[in-house]
Amino acid sequence: MSDTTAGEVLTTKDGQPLKVALAKALRREKLRSLALIAPLLIFVLLTFVAPIVDMLFRSVENSIVEETLPRTVVALREWDADSGQVPDEAVYAALYADLAVAVEEKTHTRLGSRLNYEEGGMSSLFRKTGRRIKRMDEAGPFKEQFLEADRKWGELATWNVLRQFSPRFTDGYFLSAFDAQRTADGIEMKPDNERIYMLLFGRTLFLSIVITVSCLVLGYPIAFLLASLPLRSSNLLMILVLLPFWTSLLVRTSAWKVLLQQQGVINDFLVWIGLISDANRLVMINNQTGTIIAMTHILLPFMILPLYSVMKTISPTYVRAAKSLGANDWTAFWRVYFPQSVPGIGAGAVLVFILSIGYYITPELVGGTSGIFISNRIAYHISSSLNWGLAAALGTLLLVAVMVLFTVYDKIVGIDNVKLG
Amino acid sequence: MKLKTVILAGTALAYAGGAAVAEDMTLVSWGGAYQASQKAAYADPYVADHPDINVIWDESSNEAVAKLRAMNEAGNVTWDLVDVVASDAIRLCDEGLALEIDPATDLADAPDGTSAADDFGDLLVSECFIPQIVYSTTFGYRSDIDDWGGKEPDDICDVFDLETFPGKRSLEKRPINNMEWALLCDGVPKDEVYSVLETDEGLERAFKKLDTIKDNVVWWSAGAETPQLLADKEVVIGSTYNGRLFSLIEEQKQPVKMLWDAQVFDLDGWIIPAGLPEDRLARVKDFVKFATDTQRLADQAKYISYGPARKSSAPLVGKHADLGIDMAPHMPTDPENAKNTFLYNYEWWADYRDDIDAKFQAWLSQ
Repeated sequence: MSDTTAGEVLTTKDGQPLKVALAKALRREKLRSLALIAPLLIFVLLTFVAPIVDMLFRSVENSIVEETLPRTVVALREWDADSGQVPDEAVYAALYADLAVAVEEKTHTRLGSRLNYEEGGMSSLFRKTGRRIKRMDEAGPFKEQFLEADRKWGELATWNVLRQFSPRFTDGYFLSAFDAQRTADGIEMKPDNERIYMLLFGRTLFLSIVITVSCLVLGYPIAFLLASLPLRSSNLLMILVLLPFWTSLLVRTSAWKVLLQQQGVINDFLVWIGLISDANRLVMINNQTGTIIAMTHILLPFMILPLYSVMKTISPTYVRAAKSLGANDWTAFWRVYFPQSVPGIGAGAVLVFILSIGYYITPELVGGTSGIFISNRIAYHISSSLNWGLAAALGTLLLVAVMVLFTVYDKIVGIDNVKLG
Repeated sequence: MKLKTVILAGTALAYAGGAAVAEDMTLVSWGGAYQASQKAAYADPYVADHPDINVIWDESSNEAVAKLRAMNEAGNVTWDLVDVVASDAIRLCDEGLALEIDPATDLADAPDGTSAADDFGDLLVSECFIPQIVYSTTFGYRSDIDDWGGKEPDDICDVFDLETFPGKRSLEKRPINNMEWALLCDGVPKDEVYSVLETDEGLERAFKKLDTIKDNVVWWSAGAETPQLLADKEVVIGSTYNGRLFSLIEEQKQPVKMLWDAQVFDLDGWIIPAGLPEDRLARVKDFVKFATDTQRLADQAKYISYGPARKSSAPLVGKHADLGIDMAPHMPTDPENAKNTFLYNYEWWADYRDDIDAKFQAWLSQ
């Protein structure tokens, strides 16, 4: 810069400033590459990002109450929840008008299922009241008739739930995901016998780390062998690594069941050689041990392959040079070889960790009660309890947790320091 | 001559083409032996009479509720008929995802003229539900355990008796049924189980009872696990669906016996998804009427040991199609097996399922 004298601007042949011309050319280049990736980008946005965003949106979305009971929601705003009195006749009249429409459209039971996630009993309350609504006297008074249909309409808890969940957006799902709830005194933790999600999040993280570490400990020597053996033997070893990789996940998981169970192959062998007595067979499955063993085995190739591809590029001359300069085997490995393989460890660790944190089928099959992950509960809420809002909230938390960990990882290890080959 | 040939060939082609346009009907079921029994008893005879229908089976009943909801939201319901358990049928009906049926017009009357509504009786637990079978969740135990000193469990509470019947048990990884059994064995009378379970103290009581065997329980989530665990001697006693135990005992000849005491009846049946176009709806209604008539339900029992949902089908239950053994003594509804049964309360569980399940899972993970 200091070479160019002040005031003199470099230009191209046709008199354009060089800077402008360069920027123009670069922009054209960028547009062209953008056009090239556009089909893939649009595809990913439409089929991957959009559904995820839509699913995550469910974690706060709560328009069903207002849509099903619009008049009641408005009328309830007048009600003073702290008064200790149930709402007055106007609210019951609004409820009647709303439910008459809802029963016609058969949306009242849907609302009942939704509110049942917050308070047990709402499901049958709405189903029961829906059956009675046609027989009610249109002229009123409604309060008595509702109380006659179900005494729950005279309970404060019912109205508190309705009021609390009448806004279009709710933090209720997220509170549940944090094992918390909103009570009259504000937000507080749920009682001990209902807390589960934070425990599962913690366990998921802990087990994922254990699995990643055991994959590394087991995978590193294999990758080292693969990279340093002569081609013929390393090819055979490679097939041994890949063969389980190509086998169905369920087959591998079931195989572990056969091996690890109390009447299984390993226990039988240990009893046979007399290491343990028949009465004290080891419990290695349907607990955390089972999950760790089976998942380490299943995810091992994801550690070995990136490690191998990085180690393959490390020239053996470095180690030889180190040794000729007087380093012993260990020093040569630790000071010269190992640092060069770190990018492979980074890649393998990220891969294994991210895969295991969202794992679902193996923990379900071999995890028993102490080895299941948060994803098992998410799956339960998606397919069984139909509480998609809570599933979305748990999913969002998992996503955020992974992103935070990824950022931390980037800060410590540096994502540029990760190589797949 | 040539022209005639062409016309003939053309007509033949058109005819063949017309016949080839068979209309697809997608039935959703559980796969395995159960789906096979439905195919043999309902679908095959129906297709024999209606060659223009092409039945496609989808083994998705396990996640039918979630998938149906997703299909409904996407506005593209590809299923015509879905096999679900009664509690799922109730939820699908609540969510407006299943069609309400009218037993008088949609279901066939019994041969003796009894109306369908009376023939199915109490089993029509939801406006949308067309019951097929009565199954039960009950226990099977190994009959070759030396530690038991020749004794065999004959009471539900023997499951909780680790002194007399040591060994591991397998129970389902959900509160339903387990909580009821625990309370029954803690001395709660049968008709008070649900009102006790509704209270916090009752819940606590059930968990306390389950605590006594917690360390000796393997928890299952798929119905096939208990038969496997029993066959491997991993557990000595375990709960599962009675049809699974039947095939373990009679087909695979394992040394396992049934403990029918306090078996919990449950129902399985069809629902028609809401929002089907007219033509598909008419077609599937015709099929359902045929597939749930008295003879068809009785026929199904030839292949699997589940009781037909119609009263009028019971006398028609015959022998197993392959084994040639009488099926009646293997039915959960057989008087000999049904001396002490427990009725699962759908409405109650619809209300408390979410709540108790959260507590049950928390209890499990402690």
